[in-house]
Amino acid sequence: MAEIKESFFSAEGLEKRLAGKKFWKTMMTEYWIPKDINFLWAMGVVLATTFAILIISGIFLLMYYKPDTALAFDSVNYTIMQDVAYGWLFRHMHGVAASVIFLIIYIHMFTGIYYGSYKKGREMIWLSGMLLFVTFSAEGFSGYMLPWGQMSYWAAAVITNLFAGGSLEAWGLVEWIRGGFAVNDATLTRFFMLHVFLLPLVIIKLIVIHFYTLRIPHVNNQSSEDIDYDAEAEKYLAGNKKESKVIPFWPVFLSKDFAVLGIFLIFYFYLVFFNYNFAMDPVNFDPANPMKTPAHIYPEWYFLWSYETLRGPFFDMFGLKAGDIGLMIFGFAQAAFLIIPFIDRDPDILPAHKRPRFFIWFWIMIIDLLVLTVYGKLPPTGANAWVGFYATAVFLLLFASMPFVTKADAKARGAL
Amino acid sequence: MREIKILAIVIFFTGLLYWGVEPFAHTKLHPHVPAPDYTFKDVDGLNGLTGDATKGAESVAANCTACHSITAVGFPPVMDDATSAASYGVVPPDLSSAGKIYDANYLAAFIKDPAKAAKTAHKFEDGASHPMPAYNWMEAQEIADIVAYLQSIAPKEMTNKEVFVDACQRCHSIKYGDFYGGSMAAKTPDENIKSYMGVIPPDLSQMIRSRSESFLHEFINDPQKHLHGTAMPRVGLTKSSEDQVIGYLTEAGDSKKAEREALGGPFLGYLVIFAIFAWLWKIKIWRQVH
Amino acid sequence: MSNKTNRRDFLGMSFAAVAAVGGAASLVGMKQAWDPLPSVLAAGFTTIDLANIDLIPGKPQIFTWRGKPVFVLEKTAEMEKFDGDLVIGDKRYTVTIGLCTHLGCIPAWKKTGWKCACHGGEFNANGQQTFGPPPKPLVVPPFSVKGTVLTLGEEGTESKAMMTARA
Repeated sequence: MAEIKESFFSAEGLEKRLAGKKFWKTMMTEYWIPKDINFLWAMGVVLATTFAILIISGIFLLMYYKPDTALAFDSVNYTIMQDVAYGWLFRHMHGVAASVIFLIIYIHMFTGIYYGSYKKGREMIWLSGMLLFVTFSAEGFSGYMLPWGQMSYWAAAVITNLFAGGSLEAWGLVEWIRGGFAVNDATLTRFFMLHVFLLPLVIIKLIVIHFYTLRIPHVNNQSSEDIDYDAEAEKYLAGNKKESKVIPFWPVFLSKDFAVLGIFLIFYFYLVFFNYNFAMDPVNFDPANPMKTPAHIYPEWYFLWSYETLRGPFFDMFGLKAGDIGLMIFGFAQAAFLIIPFIDRDPDILPAHKRPRFFIWFWIMIIDLLVLTVYGKLPPTGANAWVGFYATAVFLLLFASMPFVTKADAKARGAL
Repeated sequence: MREIKILAIVIFFTGLLYWGVEPFAHTKLHPHVPAPDYTFKDVDGLNGLTGDATKGAESVAANCTACHSITAVGFPPVMDDATSAASYGVVPPDLSSAGKIYDANYLAAFIKDPAKAAKTAHKFEDGASHPMPAYNWMEAQEIADIVAYLQSIAPKEMTNKEVFVDACQRCHSIKYGDFYGGSMAAKTPDENIKSYMGVIPPDLSQMIRSRSESFLHEFINDPQKHLHGTAMPRVGLTKSSEDQVIGYLTEAGDSKKAEREALGGPFLGYLVIFAIFAWLWKIKIWRQVH
Repeated sequence: MSNKTNRRDFLGMSFAAVAAVGGAASLVGMKQAWDPLPSVLAAGFTTIDLANIDLIPGKPQIFTWRGKPVFVLEKTAEMEKFDGDLVIGDKRYTVTIGLCTHLGCIPAWKKTGWKCACHGGEFNANGQQTFGPPPKPLVVPPFSVKGTVLTLGEEGTESKAMMTARA
């Protein structure tokens, strides 16, 4: 039996009961991170901070928001925006953070792809991260419904319609999801439940898993070098800080995180105060009207690339209806990046600038996603439809070709 | 140096993304329309005539007060809003401030032919007619006299809310102007305005957020530009009165605008100080490991 | 060596102080978000025109003010005069919040006084506690008087005097 003799009310007694010093060492001062990193490595802490901003601003919004189709719009745009002290600030912070977090998620994700941080033992980090992306997407989608503006209603109507499955015509499923024939009060309240309770819980659990799976293989570094952490940690602890290849999480890694965070917060709050229309679309300041579709409906910018793959195929092919093909590609797009670790056939972990063919593949992916994003916002008519078609085709080809591109690099290097 | 290069690439692609999704898409989704014209040069207005306000007083008493109240000079409304709405289709405006808020040329043209000046002639077909008859039989001088008279009785100063009430509230409610009291509902009851216009004109509470200021100016000055075929009349507001209407839309719909703009500067100033301290501390810590 | 430590401590601590200032300011803003809304405070006024409510002497009426019941009683000739009465012309009134000062139930009018069903407390026609657990008389709300019109929510000399008389 582990009987502790020291008193509860003493420093040693408390230390023996909680192991605070040991915890601090494991999590902070002796959690080893490579020294050869750049500011992109700070995106994780930026994401954690933005998530914290969403939770705190969300708590204050939750005090005054009314999840009822008759009351929601005014509870947000009158009570919160114009009556509650700093209510407008919390709402602007919440809306802008929800949008900006996806920018940081994409930067974080593509940093991982560029440096091969999903390979050889880091697959779990990648998978938990991609699941976080999917869950955040659901969180963003459900949150957008809550102000019950025109965009809230029609985005909900269009996206829930997708669950009819095109030619499968599963309308019963659509009604089940909505809790009624059309998007209605029951739809609003269940998405409120998801947004405020269930999805945040799932996100927090996934974050814990994401951090946990990061510890064992260690954080990657700019040259993707395989570091002997025990040896380097010993050097650091012996006082050889300049020669060691590692740094402790606290205070060295976090000091860089805070500096990057400082710049990020200036950028973020500039948007909150002075340039927020990209995140709070003006169309959503018209109250929801089930009898009138706005002239242009489009999802938030971070969904535009996959939305465009849905619209990409606009004529029947291979005996399948255009709508069905689009639906299949759209479904694939949501989870596509999950398979990246398994279709990369290069056995070495290297940054993209050391993998010439993969380097080209990477930048084509970035440009293709940009094109899909921009065209996802435009009406899919005339030349736009063809650009969408080819951009979607390129997207699929990129995934199909990844095994061959990566193998070719490995062969050229003599690794395969 | 490499970090600067990486930062430049991130900024470049983020900027490209922002440009494509915002300004670029905006020009594609909202085609350019001609700028507003506050001279109303397309109307058959005063045509240079100057009016005599004294003569105008007699003409107004003889021709207008049967339907229009003018509370400024002792002509109260003869019916309550609900009754007049049922009789005319819409509550007719009180004329006390018309001489100030509407352009003089526009007023002359409106009196001559209301549906034409308001650009709603397309709504009055198949026997339907504008509730206000056209005064195109009147001498141009008499119309000029009426306009001069209306200008003489109009107040010199009006609050933003007063302009809105006179120019817009007959048809448009703006709930947020008096959220709990309900006094900013449209003067014409819903059933009447729906059968008169074809739809219930939208509540304007959040119009200042759902439309840009430039859109609102273009739209109010000539609704047909953005919404071809609409039943909303061109009301002929002068630029300064239109500015006042938009000022009221801001008071009711974005009342925290001044607070937001005032807080932004100091808030960002604090964050700059925070960032400076964060960088100094980072440099201090990392000097030990480089 | 100690110089370096001191300098780093100073910078680190000033950074922490700057962060703390921001944190404190945020907490102030968050506290204000909990404050009663301006619209709630503005709605905290109720007017009662004693001349227009068909008050029967000896039969109090109940009004709502800030979500609470308010008793308005016109005293009959038989009810004793009290210097804490509201006197308007030749009529004498009792105006109090209708919540028992014990634990907040609404007492019922029983011809000559109020009786609280929850724990048996009793109040006379002046609202003073006469029996049972209530520790204090019924509370007089802040109100101002103009002619026969009471405005509940703004303190006037009459309501102040009425509260003092019951102390």
